[in-house]
Amino acid sequence: MLLRLKNIEVERDGRKIVRFANIDVKKGEIHGLIGLNGAGKSTLAYAIMGVIPISQGTILFKEKDISGLGITERAKLGITMAWQEPARFEGISVRDYLHVSRKDRDDSIEEALELVALNPKKYLSRELGESLSGGERKRIELASVYLMRPELAILDEPDSGIDMMSIYDIIGLIKTINSRGTTVLMITHRDEISEIADRNTLMCSGTPAITDTPIKVSRIFREMCKNCDEHDFEKKGAC
Amino acid sequence: MDRKTIYEKEYEMLVKAYEEAGEDSKPLISEEFASLVVNGDKILASRGTEGIEMRAERRDEGTIEAWITVEPGVKVKNPVHVCFGMLPREGKQHVINHIDLGEGSEVELISHCFFPNAVNVEHISEGYINIGKRAKFAYSEEHFHSDAGGVVVKPLTHVHVEEEGDYINTFVMKHGRMGELYMDYEADVDARGRTSMITKVYGKGNDIVNAREVIRLNGERATGIIKTRVALRDESTSEVINITEGNAPYSRGHVDCTEILMDNAKATSIPQISASHPKAKVTHEAAIGSVDKKQLQTLMARGLTEDEATDMIVKGLLA
Repeated sequence: MLLRLKNIEVERDGRKIVRFANIDVKKGEIHGLIGLNGAGKSTLAYAIMGVIPISQGTILFKEKDISGLGITERAKLGITMAWQEPARFEGISVRDYLHVSRKDRDDSIEEALELVALNPKKYLSRELGESLSGGERKRIELASVYLMRPELAILDEPDSGIDMMSIYDIIGLIKTINSRGTTVLMITHRDEISEIADRNTLMCSGTPAITDTPIKVSRIFREMCKNCDEHDFEKKGAC
Repeated sequence: MDRKTIYEKEYEMLVKAYEEAGEDSKPLISEEFASLVVNGDKILASRGTEGIEMRAERRDEGTIEAWITVEPGVKVKNPVHVCFGMLPREGKQHVINHIDLGEGSEVELISHCFFPNAVNVEHISEGYINIGKRAKFAYSEEHFHSDAGGVVVKPLTHVHVEEEGDYINTFVMKHGRMGELYMDYEADVDARGRTSMITKVYGKGNDIVNAREVIRLNGERATGIIKTRVALRDESTSEVINITEGNAPYSRGHVDCTEILMDNAKATSIPQISASHPKAKVTHEAAIGSVDKKQLQTLMARGLTEDEATDMIVKGLLA
């Protein structure tokens, strides 16, 4: 097992956003996290990356307890994350940003940009700031993950801000990242994306309710969650 | 040694120090470039090219007055390089520049303010600039200081941009510590004229950054932007006053100030916008705060330490 979450609890502003989170992510798999807005998916992703602390439980990465480590330490162990809304950077070029991920490896930055369907000649010198659209920054974020060659890539809604025509580019890229030995943990609301996972976990009111094949989890999600108007764990608890 | 030999030697020393700072000295020595090189109050070289006259005179002790005149219609191919330096550790330099661009002319001027050994140096620079109708002037002031922070810099500039003229002013610290900066820039812009004032400064130690930048949009459809970027760490302080006045119909102005604070640094930003015509529009945005968390976390998730990520973000802001 590459990543093991044991009884994770995350509090924000005094509210328990994630509770009783037990998830195993197998090495080499594409693992989806699905669920309604506010189910705690992104919060759990931030907790795995070390962006926010957990209030209870243990995060094991390759059987090592990383619960107390900072973001950089986790990244150095091989974990990275692509944010749902990527940061803007004033004065930093796409080339310089991608260079941070590539480090001293020989991987081609140009090739990574081509993989996300961006023309290197047009984009390498551009600033990663206001002049790029959300979709362009999203693609650059995924190119950055590709270049880092992490052991675990957490992708928070890799499809958000991407037009319908390009969804299959993103699917191809996730598969390419995975084929290079990176385990992918991804959050998505889109069926086309969740269907490529080996397994999906359905999050309900802050708690993983079920982990199974995409078909089974999607069916449960459609039949139960979409008709459920009670998403507040404090009031309701998991299904 | 006679006077000529002393001046030649100082010229060589200045050029060498300039190269040691990682800069290309070709523009200072090549005849293809108009240039003016001053060490303290000694004029070491002054050279014009076709259509551009460079003249400099020593006034009293420590004071140099220079005239740069571009003939109407002349588009100067290579940037003009001006180097006001001071190699000794202590001293005072007062420079008075008169820059006049004839109608329809175009020129880029790079002013290298070079104080690599400064411990107690004062550099006062007065600039009186007139940009003729449809003329374009890009002025960059690049500062190279010692790491001691022993420089007091006082640039005082007044610019008049005539109809459809274009003025871009950039002030950048390229090396060393700022020391103390007391900047006062003013621009009066006529109809359809354009002005940009861009200032990027990194304050460290007990540096002081005081900047007052004013754009008065006096003519119809005149435009102006003031963009200020300051990063401060240690005990450094700043006070940035950005003023834009829209005084004519369809004049458009914007003030954009971002300051990043670290350690015990303190910053004040005062954007001041006003309009005296109902069809003028002036806007502002100003932000003071620590390094953006999301930017930091993103770079740290790629393996940079917090210090490395901060450094990259600050360098980008000041690039």
